[in-house]
Amino acid sequence: MNKKLVNWIFWVLMLGGILLCVVIFSLAIGPAGIPIKKIIPILLEGKGTVEYNILFDIRLPRIILGFAIGGSLSLAGIILQGMFRNPLVEPYTLGISGGAALGVSLNIIFGLYKIGVLTLPFFGFLGAAAVIMLVYFLNMRKGIVKLQGLLLNGVMISFISSSLIMLIMSLSRSEDLHGIVFWIMGSLEEPDWAIIKVTVSAAIILLIISHLFCLDLNAFSLGEEEALHLGISIERTKRLLFIIASLLTGFSVSVAGMIGFVGLVVPHFVRMFVGSDHRISLIAAFLAGGAFLIFCDTLARTIIAPLELPVGVITGILGGSLFVYALTKREVH
Amino acid sequence: MLKIKNLTCGYGTKIVLYDISFNIDRGEFLGIIGPNGSGKTTLLRALSRAIAPMKGEILVEGKDIRTAPLKKLAKTIAVVSQNPPLNHMTVEEFVLLGRIPHYQRFQFLEAKKDLEIAGRSMDLTGIFKLKDQSLSQISGGERQLVLIARALAQEPRVLLLDEPTAHLDIAHQVGILDLVKKLNKEFGLTVIMVLHDLNLASEYCQKLLLINKGRIHKMGRSDEVLDYQTIEEVYKTIVVVGKNPLSSKPYILLVSEEERQKRKRPC
Repeated sequence: MNKKLVNWIFWVLMLGGILLCVVIFSLAIGPAGIPIKKIIPILLEGKGTVEYNILFDIRLPRIILGFAIGGSLSLAGIILQGMFRNPLVEPYTLGISGGAALGVSLNIIFGLYKIGVLTLPFFGFLGAAAVIMLVYFLNMRKGIVKLQGLLLNGVMISFISSSLIMLIMSLSRSEDLHGIVFWIMGSLEEPDWAIIKVTVSAAIILLIISHLFCLDLNAFSLGEEEALHLGISIERTKRLLFIIASLLTGFSVSVAGMIGFVGLVVPHFVRMFVGSDHRISLIAAFLAGGAFLIFCDTLARTIIAPLELPVGVITGILGGSLFVYALTKREVH
Repeated sequence: MLKIKNLTCGYGTKIVLYDISFNIDRGEFLGIIGPNGSGKTTLLRALSRAIAPMKGEILVEGKDIRTAPLKKLAKTIAVVSQNPPLNHMTVEEFVLLGRIPHYQRFQFLEAKKDLEIAGRSMDLTGIFKLKDQSLSQISGGERQLVLIARALAQEPRVLLLDEPTAHLDIAHQVGILDLVKKLNKEFGLTVIMVLHDLNLASEYCQKLLLINKGRIHKMGRSDEVLDYQTIEEVYKTIVVVGKNPLSSKPYILLVSEEERQKRKRPC
């Protein structure tokens, strides 16, 4: 059989296994310690018991949401990195997360979320799309993407949107303030199952759609003109990939707030271990991203229990350090 | 095979090529020569559809390239560019990228046929033994061969090359051009190549197209194009044109300023 295929299946099983371990670890750990052995019997038969409620109503939703959002963010990261051929671009550094958070803040201050909870992800998407458009037009008008400028623009847009969010916060009533702060720090706390279901289905559908572009992304790794020589319609592909990336980011940010650097850390290691062929790295990044965020969230809610750290703090510290490391290493070249 | 009619194109408002018209028949070997900035690479980029014509049209096998489907065009024309960005793939993975235009809509894995064709093009270019090496480990000459192998994996009928011999030593220059010539002779590939080195162009190309300031200056066999008046007019450089004793094609000798001064002085 095809050697490459065997290798790919190995990685999918491996990452799936890691994901499963993290899920079980995360189910077992918490203020009310539940032994690992007991988890499966409780989930299967223990309906109505306290432990069942803890697992099913408190821990499981966070895990599922962590899977979907970690997966979405790192998928968005690896798509953007493939498109721009730069390992440092991701939703957070391009300012897309900031834009989405700004959209959500605007929604909260104008009270639009009272119309329906789904307006939140919608505004998140609008914010993400607006930033992506801005970045796109600032950098691509002359037909060539200037990568240095791209990152700088992204960081600046991040600053501008966080300043605007602060402006909104200073003008808002205290009951809205809590909601906005929650979005800025990022958290996987989400009581509404409907939102969780929508997020998970969106993430998986977008993963499948993005897989239709894996060969195009492989061609992009040669540069845009070479991709054109291989018969890829660059403008159309870029537009569609941009839409996918902003949908993924918009959904994630509007549900869980700004969780930075997942899209940087996870793809970095995926490329290192699995390789840069997008036919496998997209799915690998999704699985690894899910596992990574569930792990970070478990840390966030246990390190200083019974208090809870925002998960964005953990990913920010890990990811920021890696960003600096990768940047200095690149300059040596 | 290729018809270029009144092609005018450039970047933004800057026009680089003015009113270019010429035809290339199937199986021809055309060299594009001219001074730096004369528009050679721009012409190649227009042929590969990287830039759109402002006026005029380019027909490939009778069809306008602007309306032809991109995948189909990629199966007809393959391009070997100058220094494209390379990443950490292996040589074989890189060559397999050339099969992308041939994949079906929902095909993600390369079929046996794709592997065979990639293997054959690596064989032809003599890089089969490198197939598991990383692109960052191989030399400049080998890299050029890998680029050609990827272009061949597209199974094209036209091969466009942009200065394939730049920065290579004479052994690799001759090696690359011998290979291109072989592809042209044995497989009937139509070749269009931008070259800086006039002697190599004279030696290998069946026909030469001399471009100056965005216009066609002269087109024809090397002995028709490369005479000293033409070269001195276009390149503003004094040269001596002789004949290669073996192939009897023209070759160009340069004259340094010191020599020129010596000749001027009355003896």
